[in-house]
Amino acid sequence: MTTTIAAPAATVHRPAMVGPSLARLTGVELRKLTDTRAGRWLLAAIGLIAAAIVTVQVFVLDDAEQTFRAFFTPSLFPVGLLLPVLGILSITSEWSQRTALTTFALVPRRDRVVVAKLAALLLAALASVLVSLAVAAVGTLVAKATGGAGTWAFDWQLLPHAAVFQVANALMGAAFGLLLLNTPLAIVSYLLLPTVWSILAAMVTALRKPAEWLDTAVTMEPLLSAEVTAGQWGRLAVSLLVWLALPLAAGLVRVLRREVS
Amino acid sequence: MIEVDHLTKRYGPQAAVDDVSFHCEPGTVTGFLGPNGAGKSTTMRMICGLTPPTSGGATVSGAPYRRLPNPGRQVGVLLDASAQHAGRTGREALTLAARTMGVDRRQVAAKLDLVGLNEAAAKRRVGAYSLGMRQRLGLALALLGDPQVLILDEPANGLDPEGIFWMRGLLRDFADRGGTVLLSSHLLREVEAVADRLVVIGGGRVVAAGDKDELLAGAGTLVRARDPLALRQALDRATLPATAGTDGGFVVRAEPGVVGQAAADAGLALTELRPAGSGGLEQLFLTLTAGASTKETVK
Repeated sequence: MTTTIAAPAATVHRPAMVGPSLARLTGVELRKLTDTRAGRWLLAAIGLIAAAIVTVQVFVLDDAEQTFRAFFTPSLFPVGLLLPVLGILSITSEWSQRTALTTFALVPRRDRVVVAKLAALLLAALASVLVSLAVAAVGTLVAKATGGAGTWAFDWQLLPHAAVFQVANALMGAAFGLLLLNTPLAIVSYLLLPTVWSILAAMVTALRKPAEWLDTAVTMEPLLSAEVTAGQWGRLAVSLLVWLALPLAAGLVRVLRREVS
Repeated sequence: MIEVDHLTKRYGPQAAVDDVSFHCEPGTVTGFLGPNGAGKSTTMRMICGLTPPTSGGATVSGAPYRRLPNPGRQVGVLLDASAQHAGRTGREALTLAARTMGVDRRQVAAKLDLVGLNEAAAKRRVGAYSLGMRQRLGLALALLGDPQVLILDEPANGLDPEGIFWMRGLLRDFADRGGTVLLSSHLLREVEAVADRLVVIGGGRVVAAGDKDELLAGAGTLVRARDPLALRQALDRATLPATAGTDGGFVVRAEPGVVGQAAADAGLALTELRPAGSGGLEQLFLTLTAGASTKETVK
């Protein structure tokens, strides 16, 4: 008789038995990027820096050079410097603030949480490109109004390149965060990496050749232009394999196995 | 329903949890007792799939925790009230969990209200919360998915006496409606008032487990005499195991009748003779966990 009593209860609870979808988890992770003061400031900084760069361009560029493209490209670089920090924080704050305890108690399949975080960062990186486009558009209008060229000429090839550039930046940060699971350690090592490369390449001639393949500061440079050759794509792929795919894989294994306390 | 089956966790050569088995039935509150570092938290983290066990396993509602599709709807977990992002508001912390579980947003306000966090408190950042408020928030989080099982690690920590009283009522009510509660504490008194069953752990091992009333009944007899020294000798002569209390009395592991007879045989005048009850449980707790408290687990 107990089974007949238990049956309706089970059907009532049926909707609850379905785990959260990846879309829902991604939504939650996007919300986590914006629901703390630190997160909001970081996002605001990304927008403000893009705006500041365009403002500077309006003042320093010759009138003839004040084109949409001239406003768009320079804004990508500083934004690309902050996106990795966003990526690092989205991972490491779970451990430094110990929210991983709640997160993984609610979603024990940790790989799904990590995938949702990466998806949220991907969307954030794409959104940052839209922000760059928007501030460049405003810059162009201002340039036109103030006597600059204000031409809308734009190489649309640049757009996917910019997207790859920012997505790679954000995900590299996440990969470093996953691997190190420690905010200061991840940020410092991420920011130091290009500097170390350039110092080493300057000192050791034997490293100059590998640096062309492994230094992301070098391999990602072509993405800021409309033309990327097959060779440049190859080098980019190799450098991202080493600095994105490998730490991501190792970090994922680490997060799956790590004790949460 | 919680089943813990030979759980063991080793950190290097040291066993933080050593072959722990017990189960918690629906409709009951199980008090999980032990001094600091006895392995309570590690056991609870293993039950919740947050710490991988060295060996053994545990199931909640019939499945290993990590296999539960949406665990928040079945098990309410509060392992550490301080494990919240200091920069989020109380309401935001609950909203994130509600979204993850697919719980109606109105439940956030309802649960905040239930645990006694008002509108102003809900809007404040968790970093500004007192420990008591964090515990209340943690309880709201645990209750958010309307689970059938609650796993709470030291939930009374930082609560004021009124808060502890309120929480007891909440847990009692939860169990009376058919829920299963596992509640840890290092304070016997805290658990005694609400638990139906007790699992006492010391040095990573279960040292006593059973119905609270049985454990209380088995806790022996409290006896006091004008001449404690003579009483001690009389008890020794009768080979009755006795432990001296802090106030001159003895807790004897025997029926009051047997103890009284031993005293009468020795011609002693008793000033008190009664079942030890909760005082005996405290004695039991102290003796069972003696020495274990100094072995704080180091990871």
